[in-house]
Amino acid sequence: MRMIRVAIFGFGNVGRGVARALTNNRELIEKKIGKFEVVAIADSKSSIHGDIDLKYAVEYKLRHGRLPGDMKADELMENVEFDLLIDTTPTDVFTGEPGLSYIKQALSMGRDVITSSKGPLVVAFRELFRLAEKNGARMGYEATVGGAMPVVKLIKRELAGNQIFRLRGILNGTTNYILSRMEREKMPYSQILSEAQELGIAEANPEYDVKGYDAGAKLVILANTAFSFDAKFSSVRIVGIEDITPEAFEVAGEKGYTIRLVAEADSRGKLEVSPRLIKVTNPLAIYGTLNALLVETDLAGEVFVIGKGAGDRETASAIISDMVDIYGRDNGH
Amino acid sequence: MIVTLVVELEDKPGQLLRVIEPISRLGGNIISIVHDRHRISPLKRIPVEFVIDIDSDRFDEVIGRIRESGIYIRSFNEVRLKATASVLLIGHIIHTDLSDTVNRIDESGFAEVVEMHITMPKLNAPSTALITISARGKKELKEAIQILKEICSDKNITVIEPLNEDAYD
Repeated sequence: MRMIRVAIFGFGNVGRGVARALTNNRELIEKKIGKFEVVAIADSKSSIHGDIDLKYAVEYKLRHGRLPGDMKADELMENVEFDLLIDTTPTDVFTGEPGLSYIKQALSMGRDVITSSKGPLVVAFRELFRLAEKNGARMGYEATVGGAMPVVKLIKRELAGNQIFRLRGILNGTTNYILSRMEREKMPYSQILSEAQELGIAEANPEYDVKGYDAGAKLVILANTAFSFDAKFSSVRIVGIEDITPEAFEVAGEKGYTIRLVAEADSRGKLEVSPRLIKVTNPLAIYGTLNALLVETDLAGEVFVIGKGAGDRETASAIISDMVDIYGRDNGH
Repeated sequence: MIVTLVVELEDKPGQLLRVIEPISRLGGNIISIVHDRHRISPLKRIPVEFVIDIDSDRFDEVIGRIRESGIYIRSFNEVRLKATASVLLIGHIIHTDLSDTVNRIDESGFAEVVEMHITMPKLNAPSTALITISARGKKELKEAIQILKEICSDKNITVIEPLNEDAYD
């Protein structure tokens, strides 16, 4: 039986969430994919490699804000033998870095990659897949969109053989939280935002969410998956939620509408993230930090998924589902 | 032109034919017929609604012939605007000349602003309006919304469009 050797690059909330899930669910996962071991972990400035005790690594990072070793991620890439890179580095949708360079390097060396970072796929979707194909490597990116919600594999596998006409989704939990509270409590945008920041739902710098960039990046990934586009971030028409007022909900409500930040892509090339009027009875009129995706197809009709779009455990769930997808014994690999 | 015509028919055989015949004789095309048995009149007559596509010059004659045959006509009117959608605007709607915004839709000749609801929370704060536009057809409605978007883009007003194609029905 082959041992799967794993490297984890990025050891923030998501990376540590993956380490915890791999520890806690090891037995369950190994039943599906066989034995695995984590042989290297790196964050932006430090690392650990060799025979790693995952619990120790997580605790060390929490206590010291770093890992015990000084070797950098790119040095690990050269010096440690591994089969799978799990990239959980922070996302930059404009440069794709730092994940993009790591992923390219790993794929070039024929190593499989699973990433939770949107940036690399938004910047170089086709390029990465060409690179993977050329080197016989596989790539999983379920964790980049919709957290634990199964969307990438839903489109690629479950709905394979369908013509997909359109995707519509609520792809950003923070903005959905702000809009749904605005709808219910008629509080102004700025007040809800500052509360959301205190609750840790919104980032200290919320621009990325409220300007619609995060949803736009996810839409690029989904559209490229569903329609075989090579769309980039700049291909998306993006309008954020900053102009929305509580009164807008009152007025819309009288006609049975509410407002949500909807990401929409269709097979003719439409790519748009914007606040939209939707009927309160529409399945996309969801509340709180949830995410949802409605896929319109020829054979399966409309398929709707809903779930938690963020969180370290949810993201770990998606990453592990990719591991099972790549190495699963049921898959004939 | 498309016309809706509501007549009241007695509940006995041959009544429907007395309405249909003059319509088809004069070249009208019946798009739909709806019997409303639940809303029977005090004189035990059943309201029936016809939607007809007919040359406008011939419609008066159709009405005349139906009346002559003793059928009671409750109402008829031309359906001019067949597609409707609501759009939300947020911004300085009043101060950027609301009547100009509305006029420019109405001036299109194929679409009209048929309803509007505005709230102005306080002075100098952005107001919100839900504007309902009706147009001759779906294509014209989309065009009218495009015109509105262009006007609003010039006036720095945020336009929030409805999600569903159903909203354009």
